[in-house]
Amino acid sequence: MAADAGKVDPMQQFQIEPLIGEAWEIGGFNIAFTNSALWMAVTTLLLWAFVFGGMKRELVPGRWQMAVESFTGFIDDMLEANIGKEGRKYLPYIFSLFMFILFGNLLGLLPVGLVGLHPFTFTSHFTITGVLAIISFSIVLIVGFWKHGFHFFSLFVPHGTPAPMIPAIALIEFFSFLIRPFSLALRLFVAMMAGHVLLKVLSSFVMDGLNYGIGTSLMVAIPSFALMIAISALEILVAGIQAYVFALLTSLYINDAEHLH
Amino acid sequence: MPQIAQLAETYSSQIFWLLVFFGVTFFLIGRGMVPKVMETVGMRDKQIADDLAAAQAARDAADEQEETWRERESANRAKAQGLIAEAKAKAAKTSEAKLAAAQERFDTQLEAAQSEIEAARTSAMAEIEDVATEAAQDIVNRLTGTTVDKRTARSAVKKALVNG
Repeated sequence: MAADAGKVDPMQQFQIEPLIGEAWEIGGFNIAFTNSALWMAVTTLLLWAFVFGGMKRELVPGRWQMAVESFTGFIDDMLEANIGKEGRKYLPYIFSLFMFILFGNLLGLLPVGLVGLHPFTFTSHFTITGVLAIISFSIVLIVGFWKHGFHFFSLFVPHGTPAPMIPAIALIEFFSFLIRPFSLALRLFVAMMAGHVLLKVLSSFVMDGLNYGIGTSLMVAIPSFALMIAISALEILVAGIQAYVFALLTSLYINDAEHLH
Repeated sequence: MPQIAQLAETYSSQIFWLLVFFGVTFFLIGRGMVPKVMETVGMRDKQIADDLAAAQAARDAADEQEETWRERESANRAKAQGLIAEAKAKAAKTSEAKLAAAQERFDTQLEAAQSEIEAARTSAMAEIEDVATEAAQDIVNRLTGTTVDKRTARSAVKKALVNG
């Protein structure tokens, strides 16, 4: 990575580099196949392989089928709990969303740098998380207006609001509603970026500590390395939690659109 | 921060490839494969539910059969008890009749014996009269030397017997 410069740039891991088709364009917009696109492709491929392995459709499932079924069952239960039986029809979207983010997060944590590859976490880019959040938010808006028409605006007036409070409450609710896609996108982007920056900063401590001699090796490098191991474990947890939070919040917002308040 | 520094030149590529790959994920995996996985789960759940229902039905049927068996058993038992009671009653009646017949036979025998005794006594009395008459004639003859005819002696004896 950046070790050849003798100095670790914690931001370099987020650099997007065109791999092929640097000049590809659609309607004047550049669509170069970048490292980010490559990792999305790998995610899609692995996810396909994972789910395909669970498609044996056996009555008594094997381990792989069991694993796939536990993921679909997990999302199904979440939708059942948050939306009810109408939630079933959102299973394909929420499952795709959850698994795409989960696999992206986890693949970004893989130590593929050890074999000379350049790891990249596409969920640490707000262009990606932003588009996913906009898709989720669009579904909420479309479902809300489709099912309830203009009655959907009653979402901004919770039950039991005293009449004089309605304008103020409606305004606050309206803004909190508008902020949802931003919070959805930023939460995932920030969580993933922060974890990776922290790991990279600690790794620079380890390298610099080792370079300066035995004293700093003992005082700085080894504790930093131990901390890196712990934080790597934490990051694996965060990868799962953030994917879960994204899917959970999306299903909660869809519940608002399905049932209003 | 590359996310912002590279935004202008990379946003279109990022959005395009995200839509491509997330689209593939959604349409191929989410809509194509996940429903089949869920269908398998549903089929399994249904099979389990059906098996459980069948087991419950079999158990109910077994309970029912046991119940009818129990009823039949108790009916048979009651019938057997009835037969025994009837046989007992019949036996009691027969022995009673036999006893009665025996009693009657004893009674007739007793009566016959009594009438025999009575007859024997009467004849014995008659004989006593004859003997007494003869004895009285003889005594009178010896004492007085006179002969008393039999009729006189007999009436005297009869008088003495009635008084004595």
